[in-house]
Amino acid sequence: MIRVALKGLAGRKLRTLLTALAIVLGVAMVSGTYVLTDTIQKAFDAIFTESYRGTSAVVTGRTAFSAGEQNGEIGAVSFPETLLARVRTRPTVDAAIGGVADETQLLGRDGEVITSGGAPNLGFSVDPTQPRFNALTLTSGGWPRAGEVAIDEATADEQDYAVGDTIGVFAAGPVERMRISGIVRFGAVSSIGGATLAAFDLPTAQKLFGKEGQLDQIRIAAREDVSPAELVADVRKVLPPTAQVRTGSSQARTEAQGTSEFIGFLQKFLLAFGGIALFVGSFVIANTLSITIAQRTREFATIRTLGGSRRQILWSVVLEALVIGVLASLVGLFLGLALAKGLNAVFVHFGIDLPNTGLVFATRTIVVSLLVGIGVTVLASLRPALRATRVAPISAVREGATLPPGRLARLRPVGALLLAGGGLAALLFGLFRDGLGTELVLLAMGGGALLVFFGVALFAAKLVRPLAGTLGWPSSRFGGVAGRLARDNARRNPARTASTAAALMIGLALVTLVAVLGQGIRSTFTDSVEALFVADYALTAQNNFGSLPVAVGEAAAKSPGVEAAAGVRSGEARVAGKTEWITAVDPDIAQLIDVEWAEGSAAVPAQLGRDGVFLDEDYATKRRLSIGSPLKLLTPTGRRLQLKVEGVFDPPPGGSPFGAITMSSTLFDASYPQPKNQMTFLNTRGGVSEENTRALEAALKPFPNAKVQTRQDFIDAQAEALGQILNILYVLLALSVVVSLFGIVNTLVLTVFERTRELGMLRAVGMTRRQVRRMIRHESVVTALIGAALGIALGVLFGALLIARVDFIEFAFPVFSVVLFTLAAIAAGIVAAILPARRAARLNVLDALQYE
Amino acid sequence: MTEVVTVERERAGAGDPVVDARDVTRRYGAGDTAVDALRGVSLGVDPGQLIAVMGPSGSGKSTLMHIMAGLDKPTSGEVTIAGTSIGTLSDTELTKLRRRHIGFVFQFFNLLPMLTAEENIELPLSLAGRKAEGAFFEDLLERVGLADRRTHRPAELSGGQQQRVAIARALVSRPTVVFADEPTGNLDSRTSGEILELMRDAVETYGQTTVMVTHDARAASIADRILFLADGLIVRDIGRSDASEILAAMNELSDR
Repeated sequence: MIRVALKGLAGRKLRTLLTALAIVLGVAMVSGTYVLTDTIQKAFDAIFTESYRGTSAVVTGRTAFSAGEQNGEIGAVSFPETLLARVRTRPTVDAAIGGVADETQLLGRDGEVITSGGAPNLGFSVDPTQPRFNALTLTSGGWPRAGEVAIDEATADEQDYAVGDTIGVFAAGPVERMRISGIVRFGAVSSIGGATLAAFDLPTAQKLFGKEGQLDQIRIAAREDVSPAELVADVRKVLPPTAQVRTGSSQARTEAQGTSEFIGFLQKFLLAFGGIALFVGSFVIANTLSITIAQRTREFATIRTLGGSRRQILWSVVLEALVIGVLASLVGLFLGLALAKGLNAVFVHFGIDLPNTGLVFATRTIVVSLLVGIGVTVLASLRPALRATRVAPISAVREGATLPPGRLARLRPVGALLLAGGGLAALLFGLFRDGLGTELVLLAMGGGALLVFFGVALFAAKLVRPLAGTLGWPSSRFGGVAGRLARDNARRNPARTASTAAALMIGLALVTLVAVLGQGIRSTFTDSVEALFVADYALTAQNNFGSLPVAVGEAAAKSPGVEAAAGVRSGEARVAGKTEWITAVDPDIAQLIDVEWAEGSAAVPAQLGRDGVFLDEDYATKRRLSIGSPLKLLTPTGRRLQLKVEGVFDPPPGGSPFGAITMSSTLFDASYPQPKNQMTFLNTRGGVSEENTRALEAALKPFPNAKVQTRQDFIDAQAEALGQILNILYVLLALSVVVSLFGIVNTLVLTVFERTRELGMLRAVGMTRRQVRRMIRHESVVTALIGAALGIALGVLFGALLIARVDFIEFAFPVFSVVLFTLAAIAAGIVAAILPARRAARLNVLDALQYE
Repeated sequence: MTEVVTVERERAGAGDPVVDARDVTRRYGAGDTAVDALRGVSLGVDPGQLIAVMGPSGSGKSTLMHIMAGLDKPTSGEVTIAGTSIGTLSDTELTKLRRRHIGFVFQFFNLLPMLTAEENIELPLSLAGRKAEGAFFEDLLERVGLADRRTHRPAELSGGQQQRVAIARALVSRPTVVFADEPTGNLDSRTSGEILELMRDAVETYGQTTVMVTHDARAASIADRILFLADGLIVRDIGRSDASEILAAMNELSDR
């Protein structure tokens, strides 16, 4: 029986190959994701470990509270330089140096900020007298002295900088011109994933970062015979509560944690798309096996008459699937390696440049990829295999025997509706039931969507006749006799057409969901920004999301023609035991950002003074706060502020410009170190004009990282960012659409094979090869359109439900996208028909008629 | 070889019929459109005999064979194969019974296209988890004239050769009874002659009990006993006859 299964596969190479392809892509996505994320993780681990190689212990500032649930991590705080002297007095300390670090941009020869995708721009102090703490190596020149900078080799090469040249350096204040003292590498690599490096001596760095008299870090080397743990215990004795000490390796781990979390998220995100592709693949496999099994009815019946048991039939089919699964998973595993490189390229293209130092191919990657691929294939084969066991032996002697309908066939539409209904219920439960954990919500929604897909796929057999009638109308109207036959062929075996279309349905449903959400966000956001944003200009960082030193806003405010200017700063605070995202605003803000006031008025922001705040209404309601309520707030540096609520604003749909709590910038600057503006808004005399734009640009000349945007530029830039996210999602979902295309190809190839005799007859009575090809093509397009219709309908439904849940987006139908997807489905149908149509047209009339 | 067959016969009870059908009826469909394919047929197949079942299309001859082979269930009546009444058997028990006691030869050969001739022949044994006995297997291959074709696939064999493979496949497990459904129905007359010779040879050499459904008088002429069915009933039961006698009997029936 094993032989029957294996030889059967070998005898049907093309369809085995096509079936396997359905799984290959999903497995490749899984393995590629693991390879990519492992590789990135390894690169980062190496960077952080290298950075602390010669360091036994590290002292850093301690924030007064840790990050809350939503916020990833709180920016580190600095501590007074005087601590260094005290640390050096400890008997276990052999040597200790202080250091500071902050974002530092380097300017290219064109005067623009050097960026490489989203890679960070790192600036920090080095102490060449203590090489054991220094992860940098000089490739030319010398270490920086006062007022000098050392830059990384990749940046120097790219911008054609050499030792002795002058380079623009931009951190907390205006741009400074500095002499390049040397070119450095980090460890052995010339660049860390596209990050720019700028190294200074300590006093220069402190001045540049606005951290005079402050340190971010003390690196300590232990005396001989002192373990890092002993060192940490000893140093801890002299630390104030605002500082903490960790061993070097523990510090490396802590710093790597942020990236690890991001990589973990990226991994799950990408795996989800691999999972979707595999889910679609399982439909393709189940469908292909169902068709081949129907075609092999007589074969199975013969085996049964010869003494083959049902179990043997079952195992032969499952074994076939197992072999397909193993082959496909192996191919997918290695294709994943290639895909990892491809994905990296995609990310780079979208501006997310990641360090890459040789691919990591972990055992876990191999095990998971194979298990998942084989598991999905075998599971998908179970239903067809069970159907095969129901072939009666008597079919061996009957002409035109067909697979008997399942025992539950009559109940199928009912079961399908129950499945879809149950899925929808689970989906709604996950969406609208309050107080569920994130995991439960995702489980209910994911599982619900899965069930809906299954249910609709099963029920689709009932919908094929009317849908093919409608969607096939153009074919039958304009495709001549071939088009008419194509439409009828699509309706001939509704179950088969339905499950072929269902695979495409899944991909299209998800793509449409993304489009609906995107459109909703876009239109809601645009509406609300247009209503909110009454300023003429906005200042943002060049990358649209970074922050800018307060000095930038101040410089812009002094520009001629500016009538009102206000920055929005942001930070974290601990309030009532929870970490909250807070903002701070300048008094002019009400003239620039127009929010609705639930309590108080637009005069509130200008009157906050040193103890007033205004609140987001959602937050105020949740905390039962209103005008006059007292509020205690703890800053990351440990300052306790006694505040009073002065007003409550109504957060607009599409996202609030302010945090839960907003204080005055005066108070913020007095309470938070190194304040920076997230955004700065400006009104100018005469509104947006070329003259005003030029004046602002001139005023911002010393701050090359600042970007002057008109109101329209700002709105467009936000929409563009959203567009990029949508594009990434589309690319990732395209994978499942491709998988479903293999399903269409498969079904058509098998159908052509099955209808050999009929095709011969059609050719004999005068159908041309062209007409044969057209007939197959139209059938393919009709099938694809059925999948598209079902998918788009489901996608819109899912999108509408999601939007109904999140109150900050309003539903908007993505007309353009839906038209595009429909055209794409037609194109997909035409592409899928190429191979099957060619095979059908090639049939020799005589052979076809004699075929048995 | 004959000893083994004797043993089989003893197990079935010497002299008792190996397949016994009692008052078998078979009705297809229900209500007004119901068709009675068999309307009360009783038949005992004695060991070592070759029985031909003849009759025009729709006479019920194929239905009778399907029921006697356990492929179809009678509406009423009882069928016993090798002493076991099959009416109440589960699918698994019926499968085991087929493995042990029944061989099939089909009109359209029904070979598995991906297996070689040899593998096709061995299939019933493989399914039962058994191995072919070398000497017997070689003798069988020799006898059906496929010794030099054993690695060919069905597509590379002529119709006659394919049916030889099918016959060898039916014989390989030395079943209690072989059922042949129009074994020459898809072959030219010269090849038909060879196939019939081969089937008769199996009866002579191995004492192979065989039931053959056919509408070909020449095919029926190799039988030890010939049954004529019409309208779901056995209308004549004659002993060994030559082709012209059989044709005469057929004409007589159709004239009635």
